Amino acid sequence: MKWVLLAFLFWLVMCAVNVRLANGVQTRLTRVLVPTLFGVTLLILWEGLVRGLSISPILLPPPSSIALRFATSLPILWGDFVQTFIKGAISGYIIGCGAAFLTAIAVDRSDFLKRGLLPIGNFVAALPIIGMAPILVMWFGFDWQSKAAVVVIMVFFPMLVNTVTGLGAQDVIQRDLMNTYGASYWQRLMKLSLPAAMPFIFNGLKICTTLALIGAIVAEFFGSPIRGMGFRISTEVGRLSLDMVWAEITVAALAGTAFYGTVALIEKAVTFWHPSQRN
Amino acid sequence: MTEFWHRAGPVLTMILLLVALWYAAAVALNAAWAKDKAARANMSLSFSELVADTMSQEKPLLPAPHQVVKEIYNTTVLKKITSKRSLIWHGWITLSATLLGFAFGTALGILLAIGIVYSRAMDMSVMPWVITSQTIPILAVAPMIIVVLNAVGVSGLLPKAIISMYLSFFPIVVGMVKGLRAPDQMQLDQMRTWNAGGATTFWKLRLPRSMPYLFASLKIGIAASLVGAIVGELPTGAVAGLGARLLAGSYYGQTIQIWSALICAAVLAAGLVALIGLIERITLRKMGMLQ
Repeated sequence: MKWVLLAFLFWLVMCAVNVRLANGVQTRLTRVLVPTLFGVTLLILWEGLVRGLSISPILLPPPSSIALRFATSLPILWGDFVQTFIKGAISGYIIGCGAAFLTAIAVDRSDFLKRGLLPIGNFVAALPIIGMAPILVMWFGFDWQSKAAVVVIMVFFPMLVNTVTGLGAQDVIQRDLMNTYGASYWQRLMKLSLPAAMPFIFNGLKICTTLALIGAIVAEFFGSPIRGMGFRISTEVGRLSLDMVWAEITVAALAGTAFYGTVALIEKAVTFWHPSQRN
Repeated sequence: MTEFWHRAGPVLTMILLLVALWYAAAVALNAAWAKDKAARANMSLSFSELVADTMSQEKPLLPAPHQVVKEIYNTTVLKKITSKRSLIWHGWITLSATLLGFAFGTALGILLAIGIVYSRAMDMSVMPWVITSQTIPILAVAPMIIVVLNAVGVSGLLPKAIISMYLSFFPIVVGMVKGLRAPDQMQLDQMRTWNAGGATTFWKLRLPRSMPYLFASLKIGIAASLVGAIVGELPTGAVAGLGARLLAGSYYGQTIQIWSALICAAVLAAGLVALIGLIERITLRKMGMLQ
């Protein structure tokens, strides 16, 4: 009971501090501090409740034992990370987004293709493509190639739709200017269409980071060699060692956030001129 | 009519092209197995025999479209709905989990959005985490949620619905926060000159104004919700539902079964998104936001 009371006490104190901070003067520090305190409070509440109510670690391990597990099984986690993220997700992401980008440039030249492919692309982007995973595992085998293939299919259509939309995003006045310069197709593409499309392209790239990781992990549920994040999660759930599962989820969360953050940073450097990037 | 063909013509051409590609790929992928079979029987196949064989294998690498259509017809129209081999029965199980999860997710998302819009502290503490959580592959948690809830004694619809809720609530929070903040300063000032309180401003200005944003998020949310329900069916060991059909098909190499479940899921997704689109059009027209 002591743990529960302590946890709730901490929660109340932190709640008061956060309300105070949020309603006070806004600085850079408070903008980082408030969400951090919120996250820490959640973790402490979790720890306190699990200990205080003596919930079985088979159901919900406390954060401390997850952290311990994380620290003691670094080599396994690293091996899974390389298998799923570097080999499966990243290679699929690069191939899929690259193919979609090139297709979009080809499609953009033809109005017929654009009118034909965009509705289909929008339709496919809403479909449960992850269901293709068992078929692709059957075609490409258990190793990372099949995971990369799932990722390629998952990221292709969102990326295609975003890039095609972006390539049509210039103003008439800008196109007229390129006409008065007598610009060729390639000049117009490199100097106007592509730069103007960058915010849309990066939007697609950011959406695809999450899709890539999901695709690579879920594809492993349908068969994989004896390493990989999805494999580890499904087998450790079967053995009821949930602290390992949570450690793996932590890795997935860190990898996903870092991946997204990297793309967002590149976006900031490339589209520095866009209103959403200026403060 | 010309207007119709201008819009539908390219799409139909593309679909025909895709079907043709599918047939070509089926022949190419299944040819190896057909040749192998013929070689073992000491026969040689003419081209037309080869094509015919690739179209009628029992476990092809890639089934031809008409095989999938036939399987779907067999498992929907010809089977009783209560039969365990009926695709409609499996589809209904997935659909009910999807809809329940979607309802939870929508309710939770809207409530959270209202909290975020009205409380500074919540905005500053929760919003960054909502955005971060979108970068996390939530689906990875699915098997654990299923198994843990099973251990507590909760099984069947609810665990799947919880995964669906998890997936559908993020787009709705983000969309609704945007939507509830959409009224501009002038409109808010107008409410103030009418001496409207917080509740009145919410019901008469903020909520109606957020409807277009809500429907846009609902469409993303329901598609995500269906994915959640399908993935949620995987770890329970292929008992029932479209996800179970996928898994069972991949265990036993029944490719035609996988494809028919996949097409069924696609039709379901398209139908749900179209339904929300319809509700959106009717609602927005009644509200006078759509001409």
